[in-house]
Parts: sequence; C-alpha cells; structure tokens
Amino acid sequence: MTSHSMPSTGRVGAHSVPARKARSPRSRHGTMGARHPQLWAWMFLGPAVLLFGLVIAYPTIASLKDSLYRTPAFGTKEFSGLENYRALVQDHLFWKSLSVTAIWTVVVVPAVAILGLLLALALHTRWLKGVGFWRTVYFAPVMTSMVAASYTWKWLFDPGNGIINVVLRHLGVAHPPEWLASPTWALPAVMAVAIWQQIGYAMILYLAGLQTIPSYLYEAAELDGATGWKKFRYITVPLLNPTIVFVSMILVINAFRVFTIPYVMTSGSLSGQTAGGPLDSTRVFVLQIYDVAWSQFNFGYGAANAMILMLLTIVVSVVQMRIVQRPFEY
Amino acid sequence: MSLVLRRAGRVTLYLFLTVGAVAMLYPLFWMATSAFKPLAEVMQVPPTWWPQHPTLDNFKAVFRQIPFAQFFVNSVIVSAVCVVSVTLTSAAAGYALAKFRFRGRELVFYILVASLVVPFQSRMIPLYELALDLHIKNTLLGVIFPWLVDAFGVFLMRQFMLSVPDELIEAARVDGAGEIRIFTRIVMPLTISAMSTVAIFTFLATWEEFLWPLIITDDNHARTIPVGLQTFSEQYLTNVHWQMAGALVATIPLFLMFAFFQRQIIAGIAMSGLKG
Repeated sequence: MTSHSMPSTGRVGAHSVPARKARSPRSRHGTMGARHPQLWAWMFLGPAVLLFGLVIAYPTIASLKDSLYRTPAFGTKEFSGLENYRALVQDHLFWKSLSVTAIWTVVVVPAVAILGLLLALALHTRWLKGVGFWRTVYFAPVMTSMVAASYTWKWLFDPGNGIINVVLRHLGVAHPPEWLASPTWALPAVMAVAIWQQIGYAMILYLAGLQTIPSYLYEAAELDGATGWKKFRYITVPLLNPTIVFVSMILVINAFRVFTIPYVMTSGSLSGQTAGGPLDSTRVFVLQIYDVAWSQFNFGYGAANAMILMLLTIVVSVVQMRIVQRPFEY
Repeated sequence: MSLVLRRAGRVTLYLFLTVGAVAMLYPLFWMATSAFKPLAEVMQVPPTWWPQHPTLDNFKAVFRQIPFAQFFVNSVIVSAVCVVSVTLTSAAAGYALAKFRFRGRELVFYILVASLVVPFQSRMIPLYELALDLHIKNTLLGVIFPWLVDAFGVFLMRQFMLSVPDELIEAARVDGAGEIRIFTRIVMPLTISAMSTVAIFTFLATWEEFLWPLIITDDNHARTIPVGLQTFSEQYLTNVHWQMAGALVATIPLFLMFAFFQRQIIAGIAMSGLKG
C-alpha cells in the first residue's frame, strides 16, 4: 500500500536515484544521457516551482511574518514581536475555539474511525451479497456537495418542521432539543453531519487495507481450528493496525481544518445568527481565524491564530510519521 | 442449531446495513424530493414522502432569482483551469524529479514533501493580501490562483514516473528524439492513468472548495457554486424549496463524476487518502 509509505517519503527518495548504468557514448552530461540535463530538469520543474513559490512557499513564510506585526484595520502595520501571541493567551474566544475543535476531534474522529471500520469489516464478509451496492450507498455522502448537504441537514434539524424532531415527538419526546438554536445541542448536530459525511471515506481506506491481508493467513488459521473472533483478534487487527493509524491521523487533520459544515449550518440561519453560534458553541478553530481576519480585519492577529493551526497540524503529522514508520510485526 | 444461529447472524448484518443505508441516503432523498415540492408541502408536518404536487418551479426560480447559471459557468472555468494546470505542472515536475539528476533535486523534493503538512488555512491570509496587491480580488483569477499547483500532485506523479523504464527514454534519445517529444510522446502516455487520477481529484477539490471563494469574492460575478449557494441561502432564509433545488443542481455534477470515474476515485482514495 502506497498509503503507508506516503508519509515516509524521505526514505522513498533514496532508492529513486536511477541505477548507474554504463554510459552510452552519446551522453555528454549526467547519467540520463540527455544533453544539458540540468537545463532540461529545470525546464520541466520550472512552472511547478514558480507557482509553488508564489502560492505555497511565500504565503507560508509571510504568514509567520504577519503574525509578528500589529495590523490595525486603518493605518500602517508595525512590528510588534510576540504581542499577537501574548494576546492569544488572554483571548477567551481563542481558547473557546480551541476547545470546540478539541471536542470535535475527540468525538468525530473515533466515531468515524470505529463506524468506518465496522462497516468495512461487514462489507469484507465473504458471504455478503451486493458489496458494490452497499459501498456506493455508504460512499454517497462523500460525493455530495458539502454545502448542499450542510443545509439539507440544517432543515432536517429544524426544531419545528424538521424530520428529526417530528420523529422524536412521534416517539414521545415532548420537548425535543432545539438543535442549531441551542448552545448545548448545536455542536452535536453539526458533528453528526461530519460523521455522516466521512464514514464512507474511512470505509474505503479500511477496505483497501483489508485487501492487502493475504487470505492464506486465514486459511492457515482455519486449519489450526481458529474461530472467527480469534482470526479477527490475531490476524485482522494486527495487520490492519497501520491502516487504522493512517485513517485516524487523516481524520484528526480533517477535524482541525473543518470549516464548511459548521459555517453553513450555523450562519444566517433561523435566528439570523452569525457563524459559529449560538454563543460560540460551534466556533471551530478555522472559524476563529476567519472571524479575526475577515470580520475584524485583523490580519496580524489572524496570522498568529493560523500559526497555531499550522503547529498543531505539524505535530500530528510528525507523530503519524513516527508511528507508521515503526515496523509492524507480522 | 448452529445453522440457525448463523442464519440469524446474517439477517442481523443485513438489517444493520439497511438501517445504516437509510441514514446515509435519507438526507439526499429529502433534498432531491423537496426540490420538486412547493414550499407549503416542504414545510408540511408530517412530511410527504413523494411530491404530491410535483413542480419544476423551484429550478426556474433558482436560475431566475439568482445567477445560478453564472455560478455554474464560474465553477466550470475554475475547475477546468486548475485541472489543466495542476495535471501538467505535476506531470512535468514529477518527471524531472524522477528521471533527471540535477543539482538541488533533493532539496526541491524535501521542500515539496515538507509543504504537505502545512494546511491551506494557515497561509490564506498572505494569499489574500497577495490577491489585493495583484488586484485580482473578486475575480475568477483570484479564485483560481491558489490552486494552480499542488505539491501532492507533484509528489504522486514523481512516484509514478519512477516506474517508467529508463531504457525507453534512453532508446528514444538514441533515436534522436528531443526532450519535449520524449516527455509528451513516451512518458505522458505511460503515466496517463496517474495523470487522470490527479485530474479527477483536482476537479473534485476545486469544485467543492468553499472557504477561499467565500473570502476572495464579494459579489456574484466571480462566485462559484458552493459560495453562490451559501450567499443565496442567507438571502432567502426560508425558501427551503429553492435551496434544495440549488443543492440538487450542485450535487449532480459530483454524482456524474462518480458514475463515470468510480473506479479511479475509489482507487485514488485507497492509494493515498486523497480527498482528505
């Protein structure tokens, strides 16, 4: 599986050097026999490198620089050292958004990772009929426009006419939650949509992992009289472990970056509230950055917030590389 | 006895899968049916399963009251330009990294890989300032430019280019083929499946992108479908029936993509956790 070698790209690079071959008499420079290989390499690289510099490298560095400047909405910006970072520590909205994202990560990631795994195991069952059908059905939310799905759900969660409360009342719940209008229930409602949207994605990754487990291992275990549970515990789980780690890490990074679902579900909605409400209960971290930069037009402070997001993402990625690179014993 | 148990187990699994499938599909079903219902019927309690008075008025409204056609054209242009740019720059750069020896290759490769862990959201403020400086805010170019290159696309293409046999390239050189010709006539055809994977995922990502167009546009002429839908829903708060018609129109191209490229999409995700 390429997926597992992907993060450890440093090592992949090592064996990419083409094996030195006997040079053909025509080759003047370099191993590959191209005339002017340096020139041609940079010709092919050129467009990508120029664009990369403009839209990836420069903005990343500029973001760090911005975070060290005081940027009033009117007036000129001036260097202010770590002032923005000191302000972060005292900003209750920063801590609030960090805690919302933490809750999101702790709830959504395990929910998707576990439900996706159960689903993949079910679809991997030998006697199951219509695997392609089930797979397409569970994958459908992944392929749905996220904005469209978000406001479809917004109406399903409507306190009065929404199907969810209609069913709850039918089941005898006299006062079902107000969902998106309630500071307690808005976040669970929004997280439910994120779970709904990602299960099919996790399922696909797990199914790919399951297919790499050689069937002779199961056959050998059966000859030794292993039961279904034992096969699962001693073959499937250990061999699927790298995939589980990989899926979890992708989901964690997705959780850090989530924006569309909470923004669409909570902005301009029934009570005319601003995104992230009510009472900032759904203010995920990217919403915090968005709000600081484009509602308050404070780019320096917004950049400081963005640096925290970058730091968190890098930490998770490094942890992922550490875990996945560790050899898994068969 | 054990046969009975086994059968019970199987029935239970199908039961669970069916319940889950209903939960997965119900919102889509509700979206699709509401798009054909008049407002009164959408708001009716208990809801109707099937439109009692099916109508196409919602779709007419979507295209008349809001410039949905404009959003659609914008989305097509944005996605098309990004697909072409990302696919070609990734293929060319991937080829250079895999098949040429040159000074700085390791450095370029490491910077590329390192950039993969930097989320877009942490560099969007300078990108916005850049758009202001270049006077491309609220233009299609402004919507497009952050997505013209994709480090992961370059990385992916490099991995695939490694599998192109050196002998083929050498042989073509011996025959006197130019470097451009070798790339377009030999290397690109051999890696067309990888290129199409990059193209498909670039399309899906740019078609779905929401945050950046939300930031960079402030009126309808440069808005893409996701942002257009959102601003429209804020404008017509309670017109659920219109919103659902718009939502359906926005989703159909994605479903068509899936219908045509199901195999590549599934394989692409399985391979590397694309569409993250």
